Amino acid sequence: MSSTHAKLDHAHHFNSADHEFAAGKIGMWLFLVTEIMLFSGLFVGYGIFHYIYPEMFREAHHELNKVLGSINTIVLLSSSLTMALAINAIQRDKPELAKKMLAFTFLCACTFLCIKFFEYSHKFHEGLLPGKFYSNTELKAPNAALFFSFYFVMTGIHGIHVLIGMACIAWIYIRVNRGDFDSHHYNAVEFVGLYWHIVDLVWIFLFPLLYLVV
Amino acid sequence: MSHAANVNFYKASSGLKNWLITLDHKRIGILYLYTTLLSFVIGGIFALLVRLELFTPGPTIMSQQNYNRAFTLHGAIMVFWFIIPAVPGILGNFFLPIMIGAKDVAFPKLNLLSYYLLILGMAVNLYGLMAGNGADTGWTFYTPYSIRTGANVVSMVLGVFLMGFSSILTGLNFIATTHTLRCPGMTWFRMPLFVWAIYATAVLQVFATPVIGITLLLLAAERFLGIGFFDPKLGGDPVLFQHFFWFYSHPAVYIMILPGMGIISEVLTTFSQKTIFGYKAVAASSLGLAFVSFLVWGHHMFTSGQSLVANFLFSLFTMATAVPSAVKMFNWVATLYKGSISLKTPMLFALGFLFTFAIGGLTGIFLGALSIDMHFQATYFVVAHFHYVMMGGTVVAFFAGLYYWFPKMTGKMYNEMLGRVNFVLFFIGFNITFMAQFVLGVNGMPRRYYDYLPKYTGWNQVSTVGSWIIALSVIVMLFNFIWSALHGEKAPMNPWNSKGLEWTTQSPPVLENFEHTPTVTAGPYEYGTPVHA
Repeated sequence: MSSTHAKLDHAHHFNSADHEFAAGKIGMWLFLVTEIMLFSGLFVGYGIFHYIYPEMFREAHHELNKVLGSINTIVLLSSSLTMALAINAIQRDKPELAKKMLAFTFLCACTFLCIKFFEYSHKFHEGLLPGKFYSNTELKAPNAALFFSFYFVMTGIHGIHVLIGMACIAWIYIRVNRGDFDSHHYNAVEFVGLYWHIVDLVWIFLFPLLYLVV
Repeated sequence: MSHAANVNFYKASSGLKNWLITLDHKRIGILYLYTTLLSFVIGGIFALLVRLELFTPGPTIMSQQNYNRAFTLHGAIMVFWFIIPAVPGILGNFFLPIMIGAKDVAFPKLNLLSYYLLILGMAVNLYGLMAGNGADTGWTFYTPYSIRTGANVVSMVLGVFLMGFSSILTGLNFIATTHTLRCPGMTWFRMPLFVWAIYATAVLQVFATPVIGITLLLLAAERFLGIGFFDPKLGGDPVLFQHFFWFYSHPAVYIMILPGMGIISEVLTTFSQKTIFGYKAVAASSLGLAFVSFLVWGHHMFTSGQSLVANFLFSLFTMATAVPSAVKMFNWVATLYKGSISLKTPMLFALGFLFTFAIGGLTGIFLGALSIDMHFQATYFVVAHFHYVMMGGTVVAFFAGLYYWFPKMTGKMYNEMLGRVNFVLFFIGFNITFMAQFVLGVNGMPRRYYDYLPKYTGWNQVSTVGSWIIALSVIVMLFNFIWSALHGEKAPMNPWNSKGLEWTTQSPPVLENFEHTPTVTAGPYEYGTPVHA
């Protein structure tokens, strides 16, 4: 069916490309809602246990590296900016600029994961592991393993989202390179951009909750 | 394309491959039909085994361990394989686009992906069963038992996670479809109530399902890594799992019942040839139920050590769900008043629904009342209430919908006589089975127990015999559908003289649903004015 409609710039059941774009946007925003709901379960759990064990959370959070966390926040914020600039470039028919911006976004994501890797390996070394693998003997507060469960589960699920985002950005880069998009047809770029912003936004909440909590 | 426009969608292309990678919403609906009906039969077989085991006190046909597995599989299969995907997957997929005059759903590829995520989830579940130790936790996977049991819980919860993803994408697709693909003249308040109901369901699927997703991932992490969120030894709280679980699973009850309510609105108006009483109230009550359903999850935990304030509030909100439900009930009954009623099979099921759902709803108020729930919690009263709502509500409505739309989906008429036999057997069998369980519950028999005191034997045997009558009625139904699809009379375009848009196209519909995009000029239930006004 799609082959007979290859000449059209929109799928057969839409009236126009704009119509298809509008539907896609609704779909994408709804998907972002599901992402928020997914993480909200974790945030609620975090809130409950922070309320039950405030001293433990205070003591345990000092083990996280605030400098590396701050650098990662800046890295992700910059990547959100360049992602937005990439969309803007496509809207103005500047695919070369868009490619540069996408490449920079991708590099930021790599940097983020590298820094995360060093943070994780330090925690492994110290025995600051989730739940039953926790073997650190220096923290005084009871149940400190729970804090590191939250740390690894929350940043781990976020990290998986970063990986998926990187795959999407790479896919978009290839398509921009192929000349798939112009100022009227850039749905996929916009949708990947929205996804990348939500990945950034989740980190904006994770960073203060885990690294700066008092 | 022009030549294909007049050919029905079955004939548009052939071959297994064209079915398995189809992007046509109608074919995907048919794929869901086969899959979920098979699931219903499998889940039903486990139900029959559970009932048979309970025919006598002590061991009857299986060990305790296998009994635990059997009721777990009955619950999990019926909920996750059948009742959640069935109505949106089959009837929503097939009819939502046609009823709003669209050519397809907004995202056909995503629609196919939803179907295969369901299949993948089932496969992961089956792998866990084949690889040995089937889950024995009940379909609710309560901690701490689900963490400690040697059974294969992880394959169960990861399968359900995938099926949840399938459900989310279906809901997302339907919301986008309803917003963007309505044909000219199809305003929001000209949409059929089935579309409103599927829309409200979709909102629930999108908002609630991610929470069960993260909950089940955490449960899997608990088993693999011992993260301790739900484990008191590590400072966690097992009741937190119950909160997370019911935050999804109570709205999920409305994911199951709302599409059924939509079917009832269509069937009652068609077979009384009368406009719906209070269209806007019925439409709004679907959204109202969807909203309130997010505020009542705590009524599953009245005896789990919640604070009294929480118990009081959850009880209050639970009572509030009775309001939109009652709005629907009264409007349906008022719709019948002075209608020209014809008792075809779908109508019989719809009228049966009014009885069984009323019983299910009213006993829900019993359970929502704190003082009564303290006695009935975890007894057969809860089991009976749940089945009156889910089976007496959703499944009865689902059967009504299958009979109602059978001519449109297959192009053949079903056998009316067999349909009526099906209804009578089902209605009798259902009420015997579960009315007996109300009595057992009031007398204090706990749910999920393998053994029981001799004094409960009589009512248990009544209930088991009832389950055989249900099984017989389902066999009659399946025979009717298969035989009629092969040898039934050819169905006309509009056998029920309905005003719905889906009845203005051929039976079965053409590939793009309508030969020309329709323009709607009237509401969906305006009986008394001609179809093409």
